[in-house]
This record gives sequence, C-alpha cells and structure tokens, in this order.
Amino acid sequence: MGTVWKVFHYQFRDLIRGRALAGYTLFFGAATWGLLHLGGGPVRALPSLATLVILVVPLVSILVTTTFAYGSEEFTELLLSHPVGRGRLFAGLYLALTVPLAGAFLLGLGIPFLAGGGAAGGLGGMVALGVAGALLTAVFASLGFLIAVSVHDMARGAGLALLVWLALAVLYDGVVLVVAHQAAAYPLERIMLALMLLNPVDVGRVLSLMALDVSAMLGYTGAVFRDFFGGATGVVIALASLVAWAVVPAWLALHRFRHKDF
Amino acid sequence: MATLPLLAATLLLLSTPPAAPGTGTSGDPGPVDASRLHTVGAAGTFTTITEALAAAAAGDTVLVAAGVYAEPTLIVSVPLTLIGEEGAVLDGEGERGILEIRSDSVTVQGFLFRDTGISFTDDRSAVKIDRVRFCRVEGNRFEDTFFGIYLANAGDCLIADNDLSASGDRETRSGNGIHLWYSVRVRIEGNRVRGHRDGIYFEFVEDSRVSGNDSRGNLRYGLHFMFSDGCEYRDNTFARNGAGVAVMYTRNVVMVGNDFDDNRGGAAFGLLLKDITDSSIRENRFRRNSVALYAEGANRLEVESNEFVENGWAVKMMANSEGSRFQGNNFLGNSFDVSTNSRRAYSTFSGNFWDRYRGYDRDADGVGDVPYRPVRLFSLVVSQNEPVLVLQRSPLVFLVDLVEQVFPLLTPANLTDPEPRLLPLPNPWRIPS
Amino acid sequence: MTVSADPATLEVRGLCKRFDSRQVLDTVDLDFQPGCITALLGPNGAGKTTLLKCVLGLVRPDEGTIRLGAQEVNGQGAYREEIGYMPQLPRLPGNLTGWEMASMLDDLRTFTGTPDEDLIDSLEVREEMDKPFRLLSGGTRQKVNAALAFRYGAPVMILDEPTAGLDPLAAMTLKEKVRAERERGRTILVTSHNLGELESLADQVVFLLEGRVRFAGTLDSLWADTSQTTLEGAIAELMRRNGRREAGAESRTGTVEGTPSMEVA
Repeated sequence: MGTVWKVFHYQFRDLIRGRALAGYTLFFGAATWGLLHLGGGPVRALPSLATLVILVVPLVSILVTTTFAYGSEEFTELLLSHPVGRGRLFAGLYLALTVPLAGAFLLGLGIPFLAGGGAAGGLGGMVALGVAGALLTAVFASLGFLIAVSVHDMARGAGLALLVWLALAVLYDGVVLVVAHQAAAYPLERIMLALMLLNPVDVGRVLSLMALDVSAMLGYTGAVFRDFFGGATGVVIALASLVAWAVVPAWLALHRFRHKDF
Repeated sequence: MATLPLLAATLLLLSTPPAAPGTGTSGDPGPVDASRLHTVGAAGTFTTITEALAAAAAGDTVLVAAGVYAEPTLIVSVPLTLIGEEGAVLDGEGERGILEIRSDSVTVQGFLFRDTGISFTDDRSAVKIDRVRFCRVEGNRFEDTFFGIYLANAGDCLIADNDLSASGDRETRSGNGIHLWYSVRVRIEGNRVRGHRDGIYFEFVEDSRVSGNDSRGNLRYGLHFMFSDGCEYRDNTFARNGAGVAVMYTRNVVMVGNDFDDNRGGAAFGLLLKDITDSSIRENRFRRNSVALYAEGANRLEVESNEFVENGWAVKMMANSEGSRFQGNNFLGNSFDVSTNSRRAYSTFSGNFWDRYRGYDRDADGVGDVPYRPVRLFSLVVSQNEPVLVLQRSPLVFLVDLVEQVFPLLTPANLTDPEPRLLPLPNPWRIPS
Repeated sequence: MTVSADPATLEVRGLCKRFDSRQVLDTVDLDFQPGCITALLGPNGAGKTTLLKCVLGLVRPDEGTIRLGAQEVNGQGAYREEIGYMPQLPRLPGNLTGWEMASMLDDLRTFTGTPDEDLIDSLEVREEMDKPFRLLSGGTRQKVNAALAFRYGAPVMILDEPTAGLDPLAAMTLKEKVRAERERGRTILVTSHNLGELESLADQVVFLLEGRVRFAGTLDSLWADTSQTTLEGAIAELMRRNGRREAGAESRTGTVEGTPSMEVA
C-alpha cells in the first residue's frame, strides 16, 4: 500500500497543479451555476445538468486518461527502473488520475449548488448525480487505461477512446432503439431494463433520471423502472453494474500492465 | 364546541321541511319546539337511534350525543334532520350499511361513520340515498367505509364538507367515496376523499356541480364520470390518484380551475377524456402527471389558459379526436409537450407558451415569428413503443429529434403553433410579474 | 553456471526476444564486470534498447536469464535497488520540481542513505531543482535527469544517451562523474550516438546488429580484430563484414569474437 500511496501522492500533486483540472472544475461550476440561476431553480435545472454530466464526464474522463497514460509512459518507465512493483505503480497512477478527475467534477457540481442555496431543493437528486458522475469517471478512466496499455500508438489509442465513448454514449442507444423496434410485439420492459443495466452510460443516465426528473419515467415502463430502482436491490444492482464497469477494465488493464513490454 | 351542533339543530328546526340545496339554511327565528327534538344517548330520551327515528315525525330533529352506536342499518323514511354531536360514532362493525335515506329532505350531519365491511352484492354504503330529493349530507366523517355516500336516482341533493377516508389497498376491496348513479342537480362541495376506489363517481348524472373538493390518494380515479352531460367541475384538487381523473362518454362538460397533481404510475392520467364532445377545459393546472391531458375520441374541446407543468406528456391526442382548440396554455418542463399517434393533426394550437420554443420575435409583439412544432419524433416513437421511453435524455434521442426538427418526415407537419408566445401567459395560477 | 560473489556483476545468458515477427534479441550472452564501462553499440533497431530494458525488467525476455550478482531478474522488483538508470531525455511530470521528483524516488526506493548530490553541484542545477520541470530547458532537464540517476550510488549504472542535449561543458562534467563511478567499482553500461565520446570513455565494446552480438571485447581487441583505429572505422568494418556475409552465403556459419559460435539464419 505504501507504494500506491506514494505514487498517488506525487502524481496527484502534479495533476492538481495543472490548469486542465481547474478548467474542468470551472466548466462544471459555470454550467451548474448557470443552469441553477438562469434555468429556473434546481428542480428544472438538474435534469439539464444531468444530461450534460452524462455526456461530458465519460468523454473527458476517457480522453484525459488515455492521453495521460500515453504522455506519462516515459515517466512510468523511469519509475519502473526503481524497485517498484508494477501492480502498485499502476494502482497509484490509476487513483492519482481518477480521484482528481472525480474530485474536480464533484467540486464543480457541488460548490455552486451549495453556495447558491440549492440544498433546499433537489439535494437527493444532486447526490445521485454526483455519485453517477463520479462512478462514470472511474468507469471511463478504467477504459482509458485499458486502451492505453493495449494499443501502442497514441493516435490510434485516442481514436479508439473516442470510438468507445461514442459507442457507449450514443450508438448503444441506437442499437437499443432498433432492437426495441424489431421486438415491439413482445413485452420489452424487462429487456430494456437489462439492456440499460449493461451500459454504464445508460445506468448513469437512468439513475439520475429516476432521481431528478419526475416526469421522465412514465406509464407502465416507468412503473417497472420505478419499482426496480425504488427498492434497495435495484439501486444496488445499478451501482454494481457501474462498479463492475470500473473494476473489470481496470483489472484487465492492470493485468496487461503487469505483463507489458515497455 | 359541544353546543355548536345543538345550535345548528335549533336553526334547522326553524324551517320545515329542511332547506333544499340552494335555498340556504336561514329561516325565521323562533322558539324551538321541544316536542320535535329527540335526543339520543345516555342522558337522552332514547338510547338508540333506531328508537328515535321510529318516534320522529316529519320535520323533527334527532340529536345524537357522543358515543358509539352500533345498530342495525338505520332507515330514515320521513323528512327529518339527524345530527351527531361531537363524538357521535355510527359503527357498522364491518357487518352492514349504516344509514339509508328513503325520504326527501333529510339532513345528516356531524357523524363519524365507520367500518361498513365489504360487500359487493348490496353496494355496502355508509350513507345510501335512494330515490329521494332535497337531501343534505354535511360535515360528516367516514372511516373505512366501503362506499361512503351512495346516491341512486337522487335529485337536488347537497353533499358538502364531508371527510371520507378508506384504507383500501386493492381496487377490488374498496368502493367509491361519493357515488352517484342516475341523479340530477346534485352539488358536491368541499369534500375530502381519500383511499377509496374512485374518489367521486358519476354515472348517468346531469346538471350537477362538483366544486372545491379534494380527492387524493384513491386507488383508481380521483373523479370518474360517464354519461353525465352538462356537469361542471370547478376548483377541485385531484392528486396522487392511481389513475387520475377519467371523463367518458359525455358532452357539455365544463372543467375550470381544477388542480391535477402527481397522478403517476402505470396508466395514470391527470385528465383522461374519452368520447367527450363540446366541452370546455379552462384554467386548470396539471402538474407532474404521467399524462396530463389524454384525449381519445374527444371532439370540439376548448382547452384554454391551462397550466401544464412538469408532466411526462402534457397533451396526448389520439387521431380520433378532432376540432379541438388549444389556446393560451402554458407548457413548462414537460418531457413531451404534445404527442399523437397520427401523422396528421386534427386540432389547432395557437398562442400557447412553450418553454422549449427557441424562436425569435423581431417585431417585439410577444409572439414568436417562427411557428413552434410541439411534437417530437421521439414522442412518436415512444407512443408506438412505450418501453423505448427509457432512452429519454439520451444523446441519441437529441440527435433524432434534431434531425426531425430540421427535416420533419414522420411528425405531423401541420401540427404547429403559428403564434407561440415568448413569455408565459398570465392565468389564475400564474400572477404575471 | 557460476554465481558471482560481486553483486554488481551483470550476466546475460541466451537472451531472446521477439516482437511480433521481428527477432529483436537473438541468443545474447554477455558479461558486464564491476569497474568497467561498457559501450553498447549498434545501429537503430539493433536491440540495444531492448537489451537495456530487459536488464531493467521493463521488457520480459522470451528466453534466457539475466543475473545481477546472486539475484536472478525474474519480474520481482527488488533487484533494481542495485541499478541506477538514466533514461534518454524522459518526459517527467511537468508540475513537479526536481526536488519533489527526488523525494518521490527516495520514497519509492525507501532510501535512507546519504544521496549522492555531486552532480547537482557540479552541473549547477541546485536552484533549478526548485522549479517545475515544464519551466526547464531541455539541457537543464537532462542535467536533473543525470543527477537523479546517480543519486542512489547504485552498483550498476545504465546510461541511455547520457550526453544528449548537454552542452560540452556539462557533457565533460558528466563523463568525469562516470569515470569516478568506475573507480568506485560500478558496473556501467552506456549507449550513445557520439562515438568519439564512447571511445574516450569505454573499456569494453559490445556491438549488436539485428539482435545478435557481433562483437564483444576490449577496445584493443576491437582494433586488432578490425584493423581500425577509430570506433567509427571499426563499426563500419563490422557492419560491412556482417552485411557482406548476409548478402553472400545464407547457410554459412561463423563466429563473432566474444560470442560463442552461432548459427546464422
């Protein structure tokens, strides 16, 4: 654990001094503030904010992570020439990137919300959005690391990262739409629920929808989703899906990192 | 407090027969004729209401002191006034209906009716009003009654300020709060109904008026009426009912100033209109309903100055509805503003405020220069295949809607609001700032 | 196999490494002795970097063994306590200072001894050590890089293009430091494109071509073998020799001095 902490400590210090992270915080800070103040209060602003979070957090997380992982390859080699275990080094680097990213996001979201007295309305929704965003950060950081350790060439890696984001954030839903259209004759609610639980972006989106947008989940479908997410089991399963999406790629990346030739 | 019912009884005694609805309760002041007042209770003339009713003649008053009265079903067959003092409880013991009014001009007030038990065969009711006129049921409480107040073939009655709450957990184990069947000129005012199957139920009722009631948390409909022409619904609140409010097979309905809130769930509607003609829906407020206004086979509706806020669907019009006009309504924070299952529009929208409208107003007359198209492609997809709803707010859906806005192929091209307002319109719910 | 008593003896036996279809290292056998500077030579893609990375544990060989004193290099990191590595112009975290980098490495090595800060003074970078890397010029970064590499007085030093980007004065200073380390009995491996520099520094030469050791021996034996008097000439001769042979008879077997007899593909 010592090594993990040390790597984390210094890498974290390097990152938080950079402007990029502050920019990220500012972006969400401005968006949250703007929507809260110009968008008609927390109840109306939060759904729009959720849409932004679900779109931007995965994109930024995966791109920042891949470029960071490629950019720090030489530094990683240098560290590995010292008596440092690869697994621990990886864990340190992963945390040093994920924690500041998630932290920057949470600060950007939280400060204007709390400062603007938004706590009165929609605190629960805000917490849900924060949790979803933080977990999505971890998910896409894991995917980013996995891409970086799997693809040697940085340009191809960054392209692949964009593609993965596009696939999960947009194309997947397109496929779901087509599947639903083809199978319109069958009762689809359970299938849709399962399909949503398989994609981390959809899990994040649905979780924040359930918490934020009372009008979004309607009819029988909405009732099925409400029943599912209304109980602890459903929320636990949804969170488990996000955690699995964070852990499995990170574990694969770690495995590859351990056996990688630099 | 305990003297109040007595005072009321005294006043009521002065007019014989008791006032019909609309004529008011005031009469000539005069001495109370003690022989026409029958008291029931430990200190009263009678120990049971049954005895008192048997002794009472037309125009008499039966005053019931505090206490629990579990008697066989009470039958009122002469015009009289039956008053419960504070704490007077009529208990059906889960076995039977409690009171049947079989005479015109009967007034019942101040009682707590409780526990009728459940029976489908006799429409078990706390108060049953059958084939009579000029009756009043006022200021009573009803707890765990199957049907609360049941009117059949009644006329010119007043049901006011009652509080009905049942704890039914299934539709099949629960009756309606206030139930009217084949009745005319009935006024339902200021009642609170909770936990029944339908809060207020009308079937074959005419020229009646429902106002100032609060019907919420009922298992099925807050208000359910069918084949009831010429009725008016004003200033009621219908909230958190299993399926909202349903209005069916009726013409000339007026619904004004009602509040439809939080009717959510599998098949919940703020207001469901089925086969409704020539009706007016004005100045109502619909908030947080799955579907605020659903219209099927509804023709020539005037939907004006309503407030649609944060509903799933604000307006869902099926293709078999035509000739309706939507004017001066405010649409705010709804997932879908308007949805239809047709590629043609048979109703007109004009001069509404849509919060999604992104047009401009060069001549600054408060009306947007570009028509607004309130139907999103995604809403069309969802209305054909509801489970797709879970893709709401997905980036893909934004793309799909964007494309459709630019190249409308599938949504009704003529369903537009040519004069969208730039600011919300003032209406009773919205004081302009 | 003999196990050296001296922990600084580096022994490479039968090392093979293949990347996809390319044989990057082909049965490499080498010994690096304490108190000796070995220049690692060869054109780009000859396998120099891969060999160094194998020693550092950054690349896992397909076959063969590497021993450092009594320890076998087998994926465990502890042996790297004995190694100081100066990578070629590495990109370091831009917002950290030299000192922070140093204390990070101190922490990672759990180093409790007295660090060797000779180069910090002789290269005059003590003040620059307080500035974040992104503000430093390439030359200064390389100076800090050198100072960090020599900081732990490791018995084995691996220097990849150590003087690249350095001004002549700094390069001199660094070479003096390398010689001084030799006198302390360090085992030193150097790669460089500057052959003149290597000629003045190296005791031994290893020449790699297409993953094979084509020459390994002292400078004197190189002169004798190639009838040349400069490294440049000797290398040219070695390349010519191997090129001609490969262009000539494919099945011919031959030996290169300093290596056991090898089959030629």
